[in-house]
Amino acid sequence: MNIIACVKQVPDTEAQIKVKADGSGIEEGQIKWIMNPYDEYGVEEALRLKEKNGGDVTIVSLGPARAMETIRTALAMGADKGVHVCDPALDNADAYVTAAALAAVIKGLPHDIIFCGQRAVDDDSGQVGPILAELLGIPQLTIVTKTEYAANTIKAIRPIEGAQLLIETSLPCVVTAQKGLNEPRYASLPGIMKAKKKPVDVKNAAALGIDTQAKAKVAKFIPPPARAAGKIICGDDPAQKATEVARLLREEAKVI
Amino acid sequence: MAKGVWIIAEQRDGALRKISFELASTARKLADSLGAEVSAILLGSGIEGLAAQLGKYGVDKVYVGDSPVLEPYITEAHAAAAAKIIKENDPAILLLGASVQGKDLAARLAGKLATGLATDCTDVKIADGKLLAIRPLYAGKCFGEIVTSANPQMASLRPNVFPVAENAKAAQVVKFDPAVDAAQIKSKVLEVQKDTSGKVDLTEANVIVSGGRGMKGAEGFPLLEELADVLKGCVGASRAAVDAGWRLQKDQVGQTGKVVSPNLYIACGISGAIQHLAGMSSSKYIVAINKDAEAPIFAKADYGVVDDLFKVVPELTAACKKLLA
Ligand SMILES: Cc1cc2nc3c(=O)[nH]c(=O)nc-3n(C[C@H](O)[C@H](O)[C@H](O)COP(=O)(O)OP(=O)(O)OC[C@H]3O[C@@H](n4cnc5c(N)ncnc54)[C@H](O)[C@@H]3O)c2cc1C
Repeated sequence: MNIIACVKQVPDTEAQIKVKADGSGIEEGQIKWIMNPYDEYGVEEALRLKEKNGGDVTIVSLGPARAMETIRTALAMGADKGVHVCDPALDNADAYVTAAALAAVIKGLPHDIIFCGQRAVDDDSGQVGPILAELLGIPQLTIVTKTEYAANTIKAIRPIEGAQLLIETSLPCVVTAQKGLNEPRYASLPGIMKAKKKPVDVKNAAALGIDTQAKAKVAKFIPPPARAAGKIICGDDPAQKATEVARLLREEAKVI
Repeated sequence: MAKGVWIIAEQRDGALRKISFELASTARKLADSLGAEVSAILLGSGIEGLAAQLGKYGVDKVYVGDSPVLEPYITEAHAAAAAKIIKENDPAILLLGASVQGKDLAARLAGKLATGLATDCTDVKIADGKLLAIRPLYAGKCFGEIVTSANPQMASLRPNVFPVAENAKAAQVVKFDPAVDAAQIKSKVLEVQKDTSGKVDLTEANVIVSGGRGMKGAEGFPLLEELADVLKGCVGASRAAVDAGWRLQKDQVGQTGKVVSPNLYIACGISGAIQHLAGMSSSKYIVAINKDAEAPIFAKADYGVVDDLFKVVPELTAACKKLLA
């Protein structure tokens, strides 16, 4: 099976995000970078599928030079090779441009199934998987927590509000991974050593023949609204404190 | 020239979901400031009768694509039908709900229409005649103002954030042929397993009572269920509680769970790790109950109680019951 897993390098979820004074972006100096947690589920699913059915796993990532670390992490987990789309012209790539770049790479590779994270925890936009599927003209299964594969089809569980859907579609397709799909493995030490020698192809926008103009732009980054300091309800008696909270919720906040 | 504010209404099992009214009301506001009309796309099978309900919230025209291939929702079919009517009419703005289905459809459509989409917005307005969409980034650790360079300018709206406002309009029904060939649709819904708890999803709840590692085990959670029942709310959880197997994944609040914005969020035995705060900081009111006065959750809380949750929660349940009686 020819399996593709798309990955993105994002700030560690522990990271404090500070908006630059002019609102043009965020301060990146202190940030530690990691693989998008949802992509880890996608990579793990790709590896399990390969272990069951044979084939190989190709990692595709768009990002600046540092994103190579994330590709190496996926290779250390067990993927076979990588493609790194790296070009300063893509520094402000939106979901559409990103998907167009990934689609241009993937069109040139044999592909039976493509995994993405259901969203990246930086821009939280959740668009790349579906746009990629559209540009490749194949079906999408988003926010998937369970899969089952047959020869040319996949069945997947998708939780929606108040229900779970069991959906079947044909391969090739794009699957976007949700937490719960599996428990991603850690890279082993021999895995990390081996990953250094695995091939990674680096491509720029011109080589892919894509338009680098973003369709959606973040015109301005804004810090979150500050929350006014709260009240600590004092006292020794839990019952008395609970009664006071209930009263405040009713009379001051008016939410109950 | 692209014109008009459009929405894609969301229905399930023949009933419009609340997000559809939030979309209609918001579209009405935007359209009024542009001097434009509001149109809705309504897709499904046997759903024409729902159009009038959209009129109540300010929709002038409802484009109804009624066909068995559109029921139940399948991305490919709905995206094809919506894209057809959108291309024929060239709207300036297109709003969807940031529900699971809305997000799935919005992104596919943005691909089909080769346009920009702002996901999960918490505010939208018109600036210089264009859509300015405001949305959380990094799970709410900061926000971004998004502008879109192509038409339609797309945004999906976070459920439960935008007010519903009545503003009766004609809701003239325009039927269109979705022209979706069933043979071209590769996906099929095999089974729908409904949650029978009768609870709404966390993302749609007005009140959430959440528990963390301080609940000590799954057996601690009935305490929170009782409080949630009194407040007509839902129970959420920290990742620690979910990973320990005390709660289901669907209950997880945070950066790798659900991002919620209820009127009231009550955090019990939750320390307030940055990933958890990212998921609930936009709640209108936050109550924290934690025995550690230094827990970071208190920095976000409107009302904090430093004490043993096992003593405070039952008393809070009793006090709320009394107030609401
Ligand atoms: C990639 C990544 C993603 C993550 N995503 C999320 C996410 O989406 N959501 C999330 O929640 N976490 C997430 N986390 C985990 C997060 O870092 C914390 O580990 C987690 O939120 C802690 O959960 P907690 O507050 O329940 O537990 P703890 O931090 O252990 O806190 C328990 C609290 O309970 C209090 N307590 C104990 N007993 C009592 C009592 N009897 N009465 C009152 N208080 C009591 C303690 O004082 C303590 O403050 C993520 C972590 C990573 C690495």
